[in-house]
Amino acid sequence: MVPLNYYLILSGILFSIGTAGVFLRRNLITVLLSIEIMLNAVNLTFVAVGRYLGSVDGQIITFFVMTVAAAEAAVGLALVIALFRHRETLSPDAYTSLKW
Amino acid sequence: MLLLIPLLPFLGFVVNACLGRRLPKSVSGGIACLAIIGSFVVSVLSVMGVVSSPEGFTEATAFNWMSAGDVRIPLQLRLDHLGSLMILVVTGIGSLIHIYSTGYMHEESDGEYARYFSYLNLFAAFMLVLVLGANFPVMFVGWEGVGLCSYLLIGFWFTKKSAADAGKKAFVVNRIGDFGFILGMLLVYTTFGSFDFQEVAAAAAGRASEVAGWGTITIATLLLFVGATGKSAQIPLYVWLPDAMEGPTPVSALIHAATMVTAGVYMIGRNAELFSHAPTTMAVVATIGVATAVMAGTIGLVQNDIKRVLAYSTVSQLGFMFLAMGVGAFSAGIFHLYTHAFFKALLFLGSGAVIHALAGEQDIRNMGGLKKYLPITYWTFLIGALAIAGVPLLSGFFSKDEILFKTYTAESTPGHTLMWVVAVITSLMTATYMFRLVFLTFHGERRHDAPASASGSGAAGSSPTHPEEEEPVAHGAHAAPVVASGFSRKDDDHGHGHGGHGHDHLPHEAPWSMAIPLILLAIGSVVAGYVGVPHALKGSNRIEAFLEPSFEAHAAAHETGAPAPAAEPAAAAEGHAGEVAHADTGTELNLMVFSSVIALLGIGIAWFLWLRDRRTVDGIARSLAPVHRWLLGKYYVDELYDAAIVQPVKVLSTGGLWKGMDAGVIDGAANGVGLAVSGASGALRRTQTGSVRTYAFALFAGAVAILAYYLFI
Repeated sequence: MVPLNYYLILSGILFSIGTAGVFLRRNLITVLLSIEIMLNAVNLTFVAVGRYLGSVDGQIITFFVMTVAAAEAAVGLALVIALFRHRETLSPDAYTSLKW
Repeated sequence: MLLLIPLLPFLGFVVNACLGRRLPKSVSGGIACLAIIGSFVVSVLSVMGVVSSPEGFTEATAFNWMSAGDVRIPLQLRLDHLGSLMILVVTGIGSLIHIYSTGYMHEESDGEYARYFSYLNLFAAFMLVLVLGANFPVMFVGWEGVGLCSYLLIGFWFTKKSAADAGKKAFVVNRIGDFGFILGMLLVYTTFGSFDFQEVAAAAAGRASEVAGWGTITIATLLLFVGATGKSAQIPLYVWLPDAMEGPTPVSALIHAATMVTAGVYMIGRNAELFSHAPTTMAVVATIGVATAVMAGTIGLVQNDIKRVLAYSTVSQLGFMFLAMGVGAFSAGIFHLYTHAFFKALLFLGSGAVIHALAGEQDIRNMGGLKKYLPITYWTFLIGALAIAGVPLLSGFFSKDEILFKTYTAESTPGHTLMWVVAVITSLMTATYMFRLVFLTFHGERRHDAPASASGSGAAGSSPTHPEEEEPVAHGAHAAPVVASGFSRKDDDHGHGHGGHGHDHLPHEAPWSMAIPLILLAIGSVVAGYVGVPHALKGSNRIEAFLEPSFEAHAAAHETGAPAPAAEPAAAAEGHAGEVAHADTGTELNLMVFSSVIALLGIGIAWFLWLRDRRTVDGIARSLAPVHRWLLGKYYVDELYDAAIVQPVKVLSTGGLWKGMDAGVIDGAANGVGLAVSGASGALRRTQTGSVRTYAFALFAGAVAILAYYLFI
């Protein structure tokens, strides 16, 4: 049986990769994909810990997260399309007009 | 019943204030006259009830006005003997002046006419509240109310700057006095635990007299007296009264001669028990009174505006009343108040008739020879002048002699002999300046001697042959508008211009609405004194016996439950007064003869100087030019106050309070907060870049920091 720590370390690595992607990539679609990686890293933690504790709660929460992630992906991609139509670019640095 | 007395004029005020603009003059004037006459009738009925009642007073409580903790202030009216005399004077003379006003003001437009009468009715209502109030706060309501009406009526012709200024001056000066009154009132409450006059008097009666030093009662009464100096125009707050002559003449007669200005005297009479427990205050009152009397008398000798001479004469007579109060002769003071109300109202109304006849002319140098044009005015004015001068058998003689006699025999007052001497000199001056007025106005030839004319400024400037008429070279800011107003009145909005009488160059006698009050007041001026014929003249001095209960703390007996009939202290007082009088009958008779001689001497001086040989008076004025200028400039008190108080206050207000405090500190604080916020926001808003990445990083860093906090600390 694979020990819990392995799952947690993997999950930490995935989360870090996702975070780095959110901060460093210059493409909004990639940023969205990175967020998906972060979410799934968390899902992995929930499932692993749920299994470790012998509880189904972790899996239930994971389903919730996947649902929300699906919705978020739909809304996010719609926004990305709308933004692209507006500015002809996908770089997040181009969209800084949301200030005072 | 008692409530009806102030309520009727108040109703008149409400009607005229709300509907006046749409009512014709006859209706608005009629309502006002009916209201005050109705009040007079109710007053007479109430007074008859009071006189016949054994307690000597009646009360009426409208409602409980204030109630907080132990403080209970009912809106309560009380009518006692002193109040009876006052309300008869206020409503009686008030009625006559209302009637006179219907004639005097008839050239105003409908709206202005109604406004005038609504103010006049409001004044009567407040004056009656002042007189009838059973405790200090209710009296204070009236006290402030009459001040308000005085302001409104002085500034009645508010489009004229001098009138508006005079109104403001009166109001501000009165406020200074009122502040003292409030402090005194509160000190009385904290000392005696009551606002009610009877309870305060009863409590004060139980205390020892504060012979020396500055006890609580002394301070309280001194503060109340500050209020009285403001309202009754005594030194140092008398300066507003002469300027108050900018108002319509009937107003001067009613408010600034007969009723309101006597409120201070009345207030002292109302608190006689309290004041007589503070000998220091009494000495101060007497000193201020006699000083005011002589000071105003000397100014009155040289003034040229007919109303101003009367105004200074009023100040002087009020000084006499305070002298009487100060030497403890309360009934003599009130007696003089009562006779003075008749003859001074008469004199003012007479001067109003003269001004009316001459289309607004007020300068006596432009009068003269009016006797044959204005016979009724002349004879009534003459009676008034004789009465005020103290010629025997007229009302002023009895009351003034009573004061002089009481001053002469007031052993308890320090310096009473000096006061008596000064008072006698003042009454000599009174006779002189009053007859100067009579002779210059009604006798001789019609003159136009005034140095300035309506057309130009000072064309005939300072005629060397008439130094008496010369204006003070260095007269101050206040003197100038005075003189100017006397002439500009001709063609300003006063409305008594020749427009209405274009065809008529001769002075015309007053209409009947004005003549009848004059005649009635003249009769009053003759007979009013006969209620107080002194014992020395085989009289009974009924007014003294009548008033005496009001000055005693008879509530003491009333409160302790002993059903002592009020007649007993009255009788005792009468007996006491009788004793004194009988003991001094010889002195009193001598004094009476002496003051009669003084009065006749004063008239003689006036006759000699201003009628027989006017060169002498010019010579006197020339040889005493500095003194004359000083008097004509009214001792430069206005200028002194201007330099000592008004200018410093202005400088302090402009430089300190406005530019320093308001613009600097308060506005600075408000603007400073704004600037600080906007500066800080300018710095903070740099953090809001609009870049999603930055926000996400901040979010992440925050999460990491919180996590680190919980994991490692």
